[in-house]
Amino acid sequence: MTQELLTQNRINDLFAQKSERLLNVYFTAGFPNLGDTGTVLRGLQQAGVDLVEIGMPYSDPVADGETIQQSNMQALDNGMTLKLLFEQLAGCRDERSGDPVTVPILLMGYINPVLQFGVEAFCQKCREVGVDGVILPDLPLDLYLSEYAATFRQYGILNVFLITPQTAESRIRLIDSETEGFIYMVSSASITGSVKGISDTMRAYFERIQAMNLKNPRLIGFGINNPETFETACQYANGAIVGSAFIRHLQQEGTSAESIRAFVQTIRA
Amino acid sequence: MEQLIEQATSFEVSDKGFYGNFGGAFIPEMLYPNVEELRQNYRQIMADPAFQAEFYALLTDYVGRPTPLFLAKRLSEDIGATIYLKREDLCHTGAHKVNNTIGQILMAQRLGKKRIVAETGAGQHGVATATVCALMGLECIVYMGSIDMERQKPNVDRMRMLGAIVVPATSGSQTLKDATNEAMRHWINNPVDTHYIIGSVVGPHPYPDMVARFQSVISEETRRQLLDKEGRETPDYVVACVGGGSNAAGAFFHYLNEPSVKLVAAEAAGQGIATGHSAATTALGKPGVLHGSRTILMQTDDGQVTEPYSISAGLDYPGIGPLHAHLFESGRGHFHSITDEQAVRAGFKLSKLEGIIPALESAHALAALEELSMTKDDVVVVCLSGRGDKDLSTYTKYLD
Ligand SMILES: Cc1ncc(COP(=O)(O)O)c(C=O)c1O
Repeated sequence: MTQELLTQNRINDLFAQKSERLLNVYFTAGFPNLGDTGTVLRGLQQAGVDLVEIGMPYSDPVADGETIQQSNMQALDNGMTLKLLFEQLAGCRDERSGDPVTVPILLMGYINPVLQFGVEAFCQKCREVGVDGVILPDLPLDLYLSEYAATFRQYGILNVFLITPQTAESRIRLIDSETEGFIYMVSSASITGSVKGISDTMRAYFERIQAMNLKNPRLIGFGINNPETFETACQYANGAIVGSAFIRHLQQEGTSAESIRAFVQTIRA
Repeated sequence: MEQLIEQATSFEVSDKGFYGNFGGAFIPEMLYPNVEELRQNYRQIMADPAFQAEFYALLTDYVGRPTPLFLAKRLSEDIGATIYLKREDLCHTGAHKVNNTIGQILMAQRLGKKRIVAETGAGQHGVATATVCALMGLECIVYMGSIDMERQKPNVDRMRMLGAIVVPATSGSQTLKDATNEAMRHWINNPVDTHYIIGSVVGPHPYPDMVARFQSVISEETRRQLLDKEGRETPDYVVACVGGGSNAAGAFFHYLNEPSVKLVAAEAAGQGIATGHSAATTALGKPGVLHGSRTILMQTDDGQVTEPYSISAGLDYPGIGPLHAHLFESGRGHFHSITDEQAVRAGFKLSKLEGIIPALESAHALAALEELSMTKDDVVVVCLSGRGDKDLSTYTKYLD
């Protein structure tokens, strides 16, 4: 990892400044309407979230539950593509615009659209529009390390990996030593949007990981949908990730800045 | 996708689960422990003499193997070659699918799993899974596209009678691809006590290899039977239909390294490859990742998986197993696209010439016979993967 990358990546910068109660919010690009990507992104920044995760819609999102699946389908029906997403993000970091996006951005999605786009072209575009990291749940760690890590590094794009309650300690250590940015702790064995509450088993897992003294910060995701679950996650990690609950909110309450602020305030209450 | 993986010299899967450029395990971390547990154990379990004894005993006494290799005389005359039918349609439950489910239920037991989840297209794999679950007393959940539940209703009723819970997959095209997504999601949500019995040579490594090995009993028997009938173990052609490719993988398996045997795969062209209503994967697809492996799949330029179409629910799938992608790319396999109409015609022809009503899937393999330029001396083995009872409502629409 080059020194240059460490200083230039907004995700690393963020964690260097702030290590508690970070809120990362997921939304699907091109949802509810094709042109909403920038609106929601800016709305989240104004509402004061710490990181934003933009979903690249995919036809077969196997790790996602119904809410995110449906937002993916709707975005695709709207005509969303990866190419269009980069067009929508182009210039968002530009300070001359008067309202530059400064919040760290991660793209979350599945590997196939990225492979069709071309891995290097994808990284290059991420760099160009100011994307800081990616989460690609079906890109295996070993293949990433042997085939793609060098390209991601070359363009300064962090690749965030998931761990679950079933992930072996040796594998967590490997992920911790080989990646940076943060570790995405999946709260329990599940797809998105299906976890209800935080159980004792989950707490035990959070404690076990907390005690590992990993070099990377940790954010807990899956099942974080209200102030209680957010608080609990923050006791054991540097913050949490909210996805399905925000998608439902966008669907019901719309994409206005007030609507988004209200949602973020509720979670952080 | 560049220089992804090491070059394979044969058709054997590599340590990392690749056939040439295809295969691997592209799975979310939530599935990693399960798939890794299977990967670390499957070869050893399959090599265990006690496992093999149990597997072969069930194939003999329960499934009814070996299945006959039948010389179809009137069809041979009609086609102008010596045509043998490998009668997988005579397996218990009516298709080759049960060879795999017997193997995998024994595997699940050895891994200490209590519950089985599966996907199904035509319902044959679902029935075969429900059957072995009843036999072994394990809970069984089968995901099936809601469109398929309609067009293969008899199989839905059979699964229910066998005690399985059949869950409709209502997302996407509501066919096999979506049922597979739902089964994978179910497995993610139930990682510890559940085994996923995948129904074809698809999915993350080690599934394609494991399923191909369980199905390889087809060509293991064919070699013996052909030696007996023709004085040679190797035919000139082996012909099979390819949905995911499990019956084809089984029929090809012991001939993969014998170049004199031409391996012919029949894909479903649906209404025609240029109509937008097709499932002819190698004709229409590109390399990509689907259901955990790198393979050839039908997709848009943006990498979204295309919704396939075929009259036959078992072939209505936008991908093929990685072994078949490798057979296609390397030229070892010859792929033919067969339309709905060609398949239906071949189904009627076999019924009238030989008194055998084939599954619509298998009818695609029979139709491919007409596209091969064969001579009288050619010996051909067609994998008759299943029987047509489940397809009667579709066939009867074509009766005049
Ligand atoms: C009779 C029959 N043949 C073939 C297939 C296609 O599967 P595969 O390509 O895995 O053999 C099916 C699938 O349902 C089937 O029922």
